[in-house]
Amino acid sequence: MSPLAAWQDAFAAGLRGAEHPLAAHPAFAVYRNTVWKGWIDALEANYPAIAALTGSDWTRAAAAAFAEIHAPSCPMLSLYGEGFADFLVEFPPAGLLPFLPDIARLDRGWTEAHLAADVPVLGFGSLAELDAGAMERTRCRLHPSARFAWFETTIPTLWLANRTDFEGGELLLDDRPEGLLLARPAESVEALVLDAAAFAFLDASRSGATLLDCAIAALATDPRAELGSLLGRLIGFGAFTDFIPIEPEPPHVPA
Amino acid sequence: MNHDLTAGLGLKPIHYQEALAASAGGLWFEVHPENYMADGGPRLTWLERMGARRPLSFHGVALSLAADADPDRGHLARLKDLVDRFKPALVSEHLAWSAWRGAYHPDLLPFPRTRQALTRIAANVHRAQDALGRPIAVENPSHYMPIDGHDWDEIDFLSELVRRTGCSLLLDVNNVFVSANNLRFSAEAYLDAFPGEHVAEIHLAGHAEDPDLGRALLIDSHSAPVADRVWALYERLVARIGPRPTLIERDDDIPAFAELMAERDRAHAVLTTCSRGVAA
Repeated sequence: MSPLAAWQDAFAAGLRGAEHPLAAHPAFAVYRNTVWKGWIDALEANYPAIAALTGSDWTRAAAAAFAEIHAPSCPMLSLYGEGFADFLVEFPPAGLLPFLPDIARLDRGWTEAHLAADVPVLGFGSLAELDAGAMERTRCRLHPSARFAWFETTIPTLWLANRTDFEGGELLLDDRPEGLLLARPAESVEALVLDAAAFAFLDASRSGATLLDCAIAALATDPRAELGSLLGRLIGFGAFTDFIPIEPEPPHVPA
Repeated sequence: MNHDLTAGLGLKPIHYQEALAASAGGLWFEVHPENYMADGGPRLTWLERMGARRPLSFHGVALSLAADADPDRGHLARLKDLVDRFKPALVSEHLAWSAWRGAYHPDLLPFPRTRQALTRIAANVHRAQDALGRPIAVENPSHYMPIDGHDWDEIDFLSELVRRTGCSLLLDVNNVFVSANNLRFSAEAYLDAFPGEHVAEIHLAGHAEDPDLGRALLIDSHSAPVADRVWALYERLVARIGPRPTLIERDDDIPAFAELMAERDRAHAVLTTCSRGVAA
């Protein structure tokens, strides 16, 4: 190893608390503090609902523990913290707040939606252009900003309350399953609480299913689902970018 | 002077609307390109709008030129995409390292200015300039503690880097003031010896005293107005080397836009007064 590389290894280890003559200088703390403050500030900023629910001190302590294991690999610190939700699952101080990892997943979803590619959303006109047989030959492409998940409790409602001007109050978590869709159809990220049928439709779209199979998935989840209004709601929200025609699969020819 | 750039400001999201509406002559805006390395989103849209009205400067913090490693290819490619898209009037980086063995450290870290370091940094500057298709300016860092093992004095090191790579220099006057205080050398002597003909940009910022060590350790915090003694150094520098695009940097305790514009106008006045002097 070159002398410069060895020097940088020692300095970087000192930033993480290792003992070294360099790190013993009182001014070394300026570097250590700046680096850790940068990491922790970024995580606190990227997980605002966690900070709203647990307070700044708790969040910064959790962020420091996360940063010890996962320093950012990318200098765009708005993207730092992928994996924070999974980290919280194993983080003993979060044990009393078992909903935190799901809250963190939604904070992360917001970040990803916020920074996703700018692509026009699907308009209602495209829906009118579909002919009768198109349901089984077409699939909807999700907008690159679309992030959605299903929860067994009202995590979405709790998260929404903590991303707005929520001032404490009662905990809005109960045992009613709920989904949430986040997307950025224009400049700002929007949220839509999902019922089971809408989530099933989106989930099928994500796996590349045709419109027909998406509809079947929604109806299998809730036979009373009204498909027209469901699809209208999702298109109006900006969940999709376009309809993609699918070529029928060629008949299988045995070798 | 580079085009019609006089004094500029760091572009802060909270000041976006006022910055867009500002009408001052010679005004330009600087950003850290790392904050715009996303696939999309409102920040890029804002920067497009600003870029249509004002010259932009890209001041990178993550190329990690002084690391004993090649600049990260993905990072360099993203930087090139941004440079191609926004065509900034100025592109700069630091004589420091921040990315090391896959981890990004949000700071500008020191190193011993050895012959090996110079060879490595010159190669990294070459790589960056080749990838971007344009020269970059390299900034003198702030120093907090003595480092053993220097083969080169900082000004000689920077001059040699210019000679080997064709890069230019970004001279941060506050960094010189802070370093001179912390390492006990003369800021005036440093600035008087700095190769003015290679200075493409000047930075001015505020600093703070260390909470524990006080005046003995000044921190380049960008959290206060530019200090009077730094203004005096700046005026002395501009009188010697002539006007250069000058940035007021502020990253913490950000005041009202008008307050930053007042500092920016002061730098603008120094630059334009000096230009008139040169012309007369």
